Amino acid sequence: MANNTKGRRDFMGMALGGFTALGGIGALYAAKRTWDPLPSVKAAGFTTLDLSNVPEGVLITEKWRGKPIFILKQTKEMMSKVTDKTKKRLLNIGGDYYMVTVGLCTHLGCIPGYVPETQDFLCACHGGRYDSTAEVTKAPPPRGLDIPPFKIDGKKVVLGEQGPEYKKMLEDGITLPV
Amino acid sequence: MAHFDENAKPFSHKWLNERLAVDTLQRVLSTEYWIPKNINFLWAMGMVLAATFGLLLISGIFLLMYYQPNVNTAFDSVNYTIMSEVGYGWLWRHIHGVGASVVFLIIYIHMFTGIYYGSYKRGRELIWLSGMGLFVAFSAEAFSGYMLPWGQMSYWAGMVITNLFSGGSLHADGLVEWIRGDYVPGQAFLNRFFMLHVLLMPLLIIGLIVLHFGTLRIPHVNNQDGEDFDFEEAARLYKEGKVKESKVIPFKPVFLSKDVFVMGIYFIFFFYLVFYHFEFAMDPVNFDPANGLKTPAHIYPEWYFLWSYEILRPFPTDPGLMAFGFAQVIFLALPFLDRSPNVAPASRRGLFKYWFWAMLVDMIVLTFMGKLPPEGAWSVIGLIAALFFFVLWIALPIITSKEKKL
Repeated sequence: MANNTKGRRDFMGMALGGFTALGGIGALYAAKRTWDPLPSVKAAGFTTLDLSNVPEGVLITEKWRGKPIFILKQTKEMMSKVTDKTKKRLLNIGGDYYMVTVGLCTHLGCIPGYVPETQDFLCACHGGRYDSTAEVTKAPPPRGLDIPPFKIDGKKVVLGEQGPEYKKMLEDGITLPV
Repeated sequence: MAHFDENAKPFSHKWLNERLAVDTLQRVLSTEYWIPKNINFLWAMGMVLAATFGLLLISGIFLLMYYQPNVNTAFDSVNYTIMSEVGYGWLWRHIHGVGASVVFLIIYIHMFTGIYYGSYKRGRELIWLSGMGLFVAFSAEAFSGYMLPWGQMSYWAGMVITNLFSGGSLHADGLVEWIRGDYVPGQAFLNRFFMLHVLLMPLLIIGLIVLHFGTLRIPHVNNQDGEDFDFEEAARLYKEGKVKESKVIPFKPVFLSKDVFVMGIYFIFFFYLVFYHFEFAMDPVNFDPANGLKTPAHIYPEWYFLWSYEILRPFPTDPGLMAFGFAQVIFLALPFLDRSPNVAPASRRGLFKYWFWAMLVDMIVLTFMGKLPPEGAWSVIGLIAALFFFVLWIALPIITSKEKKL
């Protein structure tokens, strides 16, 4: 290559490289966005639950964002066992206490089973246990079952919306954002 | 400009030679690609793998004609349409299922043959690295394919494996949801794993196979003694007709005929499984349709992932994930962790002999423990075997650097 064309060729090389890189970054961003959950998937992320007819001490399973939601209205016996710390995990709706959590083990996402005799949860996959407020009592799960974002509306609970009670739980580190 | 004979008949040998250099290609790629004589049946595993991949590709093409990647219809399109309506649909499915399982058996044999004979050193590092790349690509291909029948095991394996990407305490749920395209495995998830399984991963695998063959061409295949001889001299003897004195044979037709013989025996075993014992590759749990509200009592992967699953399982979440990540990549580092200059069978390499057999036995133990429920003695044995796996890898650079030069 002749010396007198070197600067010009370098410039053309850099200009071509620069625009190619720009296009490449744009394409990568488009690819990333294509893999994102669709707006319709996100919009379907709200569920309203009516808790007025939930019986005490019986596990109810609902569905929110494709995930199982555990609802357990605490009995007097359960309430006698809760500590100050685990009490913060419960939703107080009109004086009654409810455990409302995502029913997926915080270890690797299996569904724990409710054991009525011992009033606690056992995950069959890797042997984790949770008490009646879904706080973890035996490893490997690193923490209690996660509490979905909720907003209390009279006797109803809207899952997917962040009410003041939920925000307080986040602040206190009772649960992690789901 | 090249010379083209105007009188050459179209598509005649001469015509093709002038345009495509077919003779040169044939020579470089097969008739003068030299293979050592001092080998055994284990050297046929590469072509056995290539043939098995061919079977997977062909059976996959037929399955693709009726499979529907939709959460409502996928299960029935496999278990009803392909299995009972499509003529010989069961054949393609059983070849595909058995092939996916057996290909890993041969990959492991191929890998441990390479480890035993030191075929990852002295110019052969890229063969090992591209081979491990193929192992990773085949693993992704197997996992994405396992999602497609959309049974209980598909769904829950998909749930558990994608959850690994949350990184334990890092709690990267955004990343997990991004991979799934949904909060849980759903339509977006099934569709994208379908794409990965039938297009992107096969393309990558084919590219890596070409690279793997390419990396072999210059360092050549290893031999039973790890002997470093002059291939050009050996090739010259062979071409002069001194076939007995020469240490090499040409890939085509001599080595290929040995390959075809081993393949013949292998295919008897393979089709015996396809026709009479396909059930080992068909987990009964996966004959229940996917249900996001019910976990199977035990979730375990296919046998070929059990050893690394067992490395994940006995530890708490974070150390477990780190151990699992380590196990996934550590084999890649083998050429650099083996500090010995010797390319020789493990039996002549002192302590490395024990290292080799200990690693093989440990991985078999891990495989068995991964299948058993994590209770009592089994979980203790599993923990010890997992810890031993790490001890072996830490010991490798130490024992190989103390090895005497042969």
